[in-house]
Amino acid sequence: MKSRLTLLQTIVVCFVLCSLVFGQDLASFEKRTTVKKLANGLTIIICERPEAPVFSFFTHVDAGSVQDPMGKTGLAHMFEHMAFKGTDTIGTRDYAGEKLALAKVEEAYSAYIAERDQPVDRDEKKLTQLEQVWKDAIAAADKFSAAYNNEFGKIVEGEGGEGINAFTDYDETGYHYSFPVNRLELWAYLESERFLHPVMRQFYKERNVVIEERRMRTDSNPVGRLLEQFTEEAFAAHPYHRPTIGWISDLNSFSATDAQNFFDKYYVPSNMVVTVVGDVKVSQAMPIVEKYFSRIPARPRPDTATTTEPPQDSERSVVLHEQSQPLYLEGYHRPDYRSADDQVYDAIADLMSNGRTSRLYRALVRDKQIASDSAGFTGLPGNKYPHLFAFYAFPIPGHKPQEMAAAIHAEIERLKKEDISDEELKMIKTRAKANLIRSLGSNEGLAFALGLNEARYDDWRELFRSVDRIEKVTKADIRRVANQTFVPDNRTVGIIEFAGGPPGPGAAPQGGGQ
Amino acid sequence: MKRANRSFSVLALVLFIGFFSGDRQLWAQAPTWRQIPIPKLPAFHPAQPKRIELPNGMVVFLQEDHELPTIDGTARIRGGERSVPANKTGLTDVYGEVWRTGGTKTQTGDQLDDYLEQRAAKVETGGGVDSTTVSWSCLKEDFNDVFRAFEDVLKNPEFRADKIGIAQKGLYDAISRRNDDPAQIAGREAAKLVYGANNPYTRVPEYATVAAITRQDLVEWHGRYVHPNNIILGVVGDFDSAKLEARLREAFASWPKGQAATDPEIKPEPAKPGYYEVDKTDVNQSNIHMVALGITRRNPDYFATSVFNEAFGGGFSSRLFGDIRTTKGLAYAVGGGVAAGWDHPGMLRLMVSTKSKTTIESIQALDEEIADLARRPINDEEIKRAKDSILNSFVFRFDSPAKVLQEKMAYEFYGYALDFLENFQKGIEKVTQEDVARVAAKYIHREQMSVLVVGNVSEFDKPLSSLGAVTKLDITIPPPPPGLVPEQGEHP
Repeated sequence: MKSRLTLLQTIVVCFVLCSLVFGQDLASFEKRTTVKKLANGLTIIICERPEAPVFSFFTHVDAGSVQDPMGKTGLAHMFEHMAFKGTDTIGTRDYAGEKLALAKVEEAYSAYIAERDQPVDRDEKKLTQLEQVWKDAIAAADKFSAAYNNEFGKIVEGEGGEGINAFTDYDETGYHYSFPVNRLELWAYLESERFLHPVMRQFYKERNVVIEERRMRTDSNPVGRLLEQFTEEAFAAHPYHRPTIGWISDLNSFSATDAQNFFDKYYVPSNMVVTVVGDVKVSQAMPIVEKYFSRIPARPRPDTATTTEPPQDSERSVVLHEQSQPLYLEGYHRPDYRSADDQVYDAIADLMSNGRTSRLYRALVRDKQIASDSAGFTGLPGNKYPHLFAFYAFPIPGHKPQEMAAAIHAEIERLKKEDISDEELKMIKTRAKANLIRSLGSNEGLAFALGLNEARYDDWRELFRSVDRIEKVTKADIRRVANQTFVPDNRTVGIIEFAGGPPGPGAAPQGGGQ
Repeated sequence: MKRANRSFSVLALVLFIGFFSGDRQLWAQAPTWRQIPIPKLPAFHPAQPKRIELPNGMVVFLQEDHELPTIDGTARIRGGERSVPANKTGLTDVYGEVWRTGGTKTQTGDQLDDYLEQRAAKVETGGGVDSTTVSWSCLKEDFNDVFRAFEDVLKNPEFRADKIGIAQKGLYDAISRRNDDPAQIAGREAAKLVYGANNPYTRVPEYATVAAITRQDLVEWHGRYVHPNNIILGVVGDFDSAKLEARLREAFASWPKGQAATDPEIKPEPAKPGYYEVDKTDVNQSNIHMVALGITRRNPDYFATSVFNEAFGGGFSSRLFGDIRTTKGLAYAVGGGVAAGWDHPGMLRLMVSTKSKTTIESIQALDEEIADLARRPINDEEIKRAKDSILNSFVFRFDSPAKVLQEKMAYEFYGYALDFLENFQKGIEKVTQEDVARVAAKYIHREQMSVLVVGNVSEFDKPLSSLGAVTKLDITIPPPPPGLVPEQGEHP
C-alpha cells in the first residue's frame, strides 16, 4: 500500500542498518528452487526453505508508474490499492447487482468529469447536479459491499497472514505477505482470485485515501517535495519524470474504468512472476499453485515501449526555499540495469557510501565535519530504464549545501583521477558477497530477490551471477565510468535552502545557527 | 487532453463489462475460500537457546542456527537514557556512538573500521532508554578476529575526544531538524502530554545538554554500568554451543562483579486532558493523536487489551481502518490501541492523518468510534477474527532462531518468566467478549485523553477551539549557546 517515494530515507536507513548474514551458494539453491512457466505465460518459482512451518510469497507485476497513461499519473499505484478490495465473491454477496451499480457509477462519473472539464461555458448548476448523481450512484453501489468492507484483508489476517502489503514503484508493482504453511492452498486461491476477478469497488473513496498518502509522503514532507521536483527536472522525456503517487489533478480525474483498463492491459499472466519460499515441498506445492494460477486466461503481453531520455547537455537544478533544514542532492544519468557497467556503478556506490570506511563518510562527516550524513547510490528513481546515480549530504548546522557540493565533487575528482586502492577493491568485493546473502536469510527477502531477478533477467540465477560480475570489476573500470558519468553537463542538482521559520510563536525552528 | 479522457472512459466502460462477461463460466465454478481445506499445522518446536549464568552474574544465551555460516551476538547492558540527569540529556546517544567510534585503548575507531570492513564484519554500539548495547556480526571463519574486537570494545573503550566532537555535531544536526517532519513532531509532543514534558521518557537532547557532555561523563558511565552482572549476552549462529561456552567462560569468567544497575523511579506526569495544537504552515495534512497512559505487559488485562487493539485499531480488519479509511476515505494512516510497556506503562494512542480541511471532522470521527464502543460493543465476530489473527499468526513470533533468542533476552532483561510467550497464547485463547468490553470500558475514556493536532491551523475545517479549550504548544528549538555552531546570518 506504499509507494516508494521516500526513497532517499529508505536508502539512508539501508546504509545504517547492517545486520550481516552470509551464506549459501548457487549450487544449494539449484537443488531447492524450481521454476515453471504455465501455459498462460505466468511464471511460478518455488524455493524450499524448511526452517519453520511458514512461507512467504511475492507477486511481481512488470508494470509500474512508468506505465501510467498520459494524464493519469498514479494509476499503477491506484490499482495496487484496488487489489485489496476483493473479488466478485469476496467483498460482496451479490455481485450481479453490484456490477450494474458500479457501471452506473462510471456512467455518472464520466458525465460529471465531462462537464467539470469543459474549457468554456461550464454550467455550474448542471455540474452540481451531475456530482450529486455520481455520489448517489456511489451510495447505491456501496450498499452491495458495505457489510463486507476489507473482506480480503480480513480473511488473510484472520487466517494468520503476516505483513500483508504491496508496493508500487516506477518499475514494477509487488504484493506480499506470509502465511502458516497449512494455508498454502488458501493463499493460492486468494492470490490468483485477486488477479482473476478484481472488482473496482469503493474506488473513489480509495482515491481519497491515496490522495492522503500523497499529502503524507510528498506535500507535507520537505524531502518528499524535493525528490518530486528533482526527479521531474532530471528527466525531460522518459516517464521517470512523473511521480509514482501521481499529480493531484490526475488523482482527481482518473476513474475506476481507467484502473480496470490498466489491469486488463498490464496484469496479464506473462507479465507476472509469483514466487513462494518456505517450508513447502515442490512436488506437493507446484500442482496446487498451478491449479489455481492456471485459471487466469492468457492475454497478449503489453507494448512496453517508452520514450528514451535524450542525453542531458546542460546542468539543471531545482532549489526549494523551505522552513526546514538544508539538504543537497545531485544526480547523473547512467544506463539501465542491463548495462555491462551495472556492477561498476554498484562498486562505486559501495566505495563512496558503505559504512565508516566509505569515502564520503570519511571526507564530509569525519574529516571536514560539515555533514551529518553523506552517500552515493544508484537506482534513482528506478533502474529498469536509464536512470540516475545520485549523491547527497545533510549539512550540519552552520554549513551550506554549496559546501556539500564542493566536498562531494572533490571526492568525485579523486575517483576520476586516481585508482582506488587494492584494499578498497577487495573490500568492495567481499562486501558484495555479504550484501547479496544478507537478502537471503529470510523467506520474504528470498521471495523478493528470486522473483525480481526472474522478472528482470528471465533467470533467478542472475541474483548470484551479479556477484561474479562485481568480482571482475577493475580499478580502470571505476575511473572510466566515473569520467564518463560524473560530468557537469550530465548533472541535476536538488537543494533545500532554509528560508526562515514561519512568523509567530510556536512555529518551526530557527535551526542551529541559521 | 481532458476531452480525450472522456471518450476514452466511454470506450473503457465497454471493455470493462466485456472482460467480466467473458469470464463468467470460469469463476462460477471456482471454490469459495471457506471450502479450501486447511490441514493441521505440523508440530513445531523451535530450538530454545541454552541459558548460562556465569558466577559473576553475566547471563549468556546460546542459540545455534546452522543455516548460514555466520555468528552474531549482542550484549545488552542495564542502564540507559532514563537514568541520565536532565542537564546531560542525550548522553547515551553520544556514548552509544563514541563507545565504538572512539576506539579502544589499543586501537583507534578508524583502525577498527578498516579491520572489520575488510572482513565485511560489524561491531557496533548503541544507547537506548533503559540499556546500551554492543553487538557484533561476522562470518563464522572470522569469529575469533571479530570476537576479540567485540571484547575489546566492551571492556576497554577509549572515548577519544575527536569522535565525541563528531557525535555532538551529529546530534546538533538532529536537533536542528527535529521540527521538519510533522509526524516526528506529533510523536514527540504526544508522548510529552502523556508522561510529562520534562519526564526522562520524553525529554529530548538540546544544544546545551549535548554541549555539556564530556569525555569524563562517558568514562564514568562505562565504569558505572559495564559489569558482568549487568550484562545479558545472546549469540546466534553457526557454532557448537559447548565450544562457544568454553570460549565465553575464558573471556568473561574472571571479570569481577561490579555495582548492580538500579532503575530510577519515574512517575508519569500527564498533561491536563484537552486540546493541544502545533501550527505548521508548510503542510496540508494534520497529524492527530489522542493519547493517555497505557499499561504494562504484567497487567492481567494485557491479553484482553491485545485482542481489543487488534479489533479496534489494528490492521485491515479493525474498526478504525474500516470506518475512517475505507468507508469515509479520510486518511491513509489511521490506527491505535492501548500499548503495553515492559517495565513502565506504554501509551494509549489513537492516531489519524488527514487533510487540513477534515481535521475537526476526523477528530469527531474518532470520538464516534470511542462512543460506539459502548453503544455497539466489539462483537463476537470481531473478537473471533482478532483472536484468530493473533493465534494463527503466532508461529511468526518464533519462526527463526534469532527471533526466539530476542524474545528470551527481553524476558530475562525485564524479569519475566522465560515461558511468557507460551502463556501469552493461552492468555489470548481465554479472552471473552466480556473481557474485551471490560478493558474497553476501563481504559478508553475520551474525557481523560489529550488530543494533539500538528497541522496548518489556518486551513482547518473549523477552529480546534470549536471542540474545547486549546493550548498552543511552543516547539521552538532553544538556540545554541553562543559560539557552539558557526553563524551564517544570511537568511531572511
